[in-house]
Amino acid sequence: MKINQQKCVGCGNCVPVCPMGAIYVDQSTTRATINDDACVECGACFRGMSTENLNPTMVRTVRKVAKFLRFRFEPEPDVCPTSAFEMHDLEMPRLIRQIFSDPVVEHKSTGIKGRGTEEVKTNDVNPRVGAGEVGYTIEFGRPGVGVRFFEIQNMTRELARNGITFEKKNPITHLMTNTSTGDLREDILQEKILSAIVEIKTEITRVEEVLRIVHDVNDKIDTVTAVGISTRCDENGEDKILDPLLEELGFVHVRAKTNMGLGRVTNQIELKKIEEINI
Amino acid sequence: MTNTLHRYGSAESFRDDYIIFAIPAKGLNDDDCIPKLKDFLRICAKHNPANIGNGNRSSLAPEKGLKPSAHWTRNKKPDWNKVIDEVGKSGTVSAVFAHENDAQACFDEVVKADFGLSVNMSTSVENAKRVAKACGVSRHSVEYALPFNDPHDHLPNSQVLELSTMCGHGMVSFNFAKKMLDMVREGRRTPEDAAATLVRFCPCGVYNPVRAKRLIEEACKEQR
Ligand code: SF4
Ligand code: SF4
Repeated sequence: MKINQQKCVGCGNCVPVCPMGAIYVDQSTTRATINDDACVECGACFRGMSTENLNPTMVRTVRKVAKFLRFRFEPEPDVCPTSAFEMHDLEMPRLIRQIFSDPVVEHKSTGIKGRGTEEVKTNDVNPRVGAGEVGYTIEFGRPGVGVRFFEIQNMTRELARNGITFEKKNPITHLMTNTSTGDLREDILQEKILSAIVEIKTEITRVEEVLRIVHDVNDKIDTVTAVGISTRCDENGEDKILDPLLEELGFVHVRAKTNMGLGRVTNQIELKKIEEINI
Repeated sequence: MTNTLHRYGSAESFRDDYIIFAIPAKGLNDDDCIPKLKDFLRICAKHNPANIGNGNRSSLAPEKGLKPSAHWTRNKKPDWNKVIDEVGKSGTVSAVFAHENDAQACFDEVVKADFGLSVNMSTSVENAKRVAKACGVSRHSVEYALPFNDPHDHLPNSQVLELSTMCGHGMVSFNFAKKMLDMVREGRRTPEDAAATLVRFCPCGVYNPVRAKRLIEEACKEQR
């Protein structure tokens, strides 16, 4: 992400908008500047801010006069008055920042946007987590902190060391050079992103152990993690296994995504395959 | 993707926060899913949603090339039709409701429409259970959000966290949520204006302006 220095008037509106705190008004130039190392290319500034196309010279003059008179400007807080943000094409490894941080950029490795897969959201159509199994989404960097890939690697290595396997279609798994050791691609390790999700699955008996691993590794990496933990309900729509277990382990779990079970296969090719199996 | 799992708050604080979303499964029910996704959103739009979104656009979106007069006449009216018209490819579409009866009526109609797509509800565990039961549906799977692990004290206070995490993709920064809270505290914006400003940063359309307004009002009363 770049800020056009000819256009920027240093109003500072964009400074708090950045989730990574990467934007500051440079006192020597009185223009907003981006700290490239902190910027994760999320697009919150470029896309999220509304814009005007005011003449920068005119705005600077008005601002100078108002400042001299100690008038307080009260513009809309989400507007860049001169459309100064510019998004440029990126190349690897920096491109990886955008792929994992900008929610409207398509994730090439999965074909879906975002940082994970369909998880249990389509478990009714595409069974991933079966009865007695537990799915985990371990999210790094969110909310609002960010993470570097070498920190994620600390976790994937520890999970792999404990014999845990990774969801094949997950974008982080795609970036592994060795899924049995949890090693990630060397060229991206220092890159910073807004967040990423590692997806795994275990038997119900390993829940306590996995959550302990996440907790212990998080102590050693300078970011936040958020775990989503999922299971299949019984035929009456009840979860009599994971819910009580989390209760017993002392984990507050008041919020959830609930798959209501309305999905089914409707693509003709897949229906044909099912028919053939049934014959 | 909408990323609504890790909204911060107590179970009680989700009393005005019911997200219903439809998602096609790749290769299994995504052929010709766009008309179904649009119909899903049309049903949602009938039941008094707080916001709807198609993953790329919210009902209240950033405005480019504003006229200077916009500072006094800012649009705060959600546009459902734009969101519905712009569903262009297979992906998650969603609606947020601030009242359980609206969410339930919407979900009931979605069940009857029988799109064959996966439909999820993101809210408190108990809210979703009640809606499922009222509509005669058995829950298929459930993904619980566990509390944030923050051993290095990165996270801000709960008021900022509640506002910021309503955009699950992190597009509402802590600093901006705090700025909007402070602007309301200082009497420079109304809670409604502040909520509308925050909504525009969430491109998926899952940000809940009704809950945001309530949280801002409560936060301003209970100074920290
Ligand atoms: S909002 Fe625009 S004009 Fe104002 S400081 Fe940021 S880039 Fe510069
Ligand atoms: S792209 Fe994102 S991280 Fe980079 S400056 Fe803009 S808001 Fe900040």
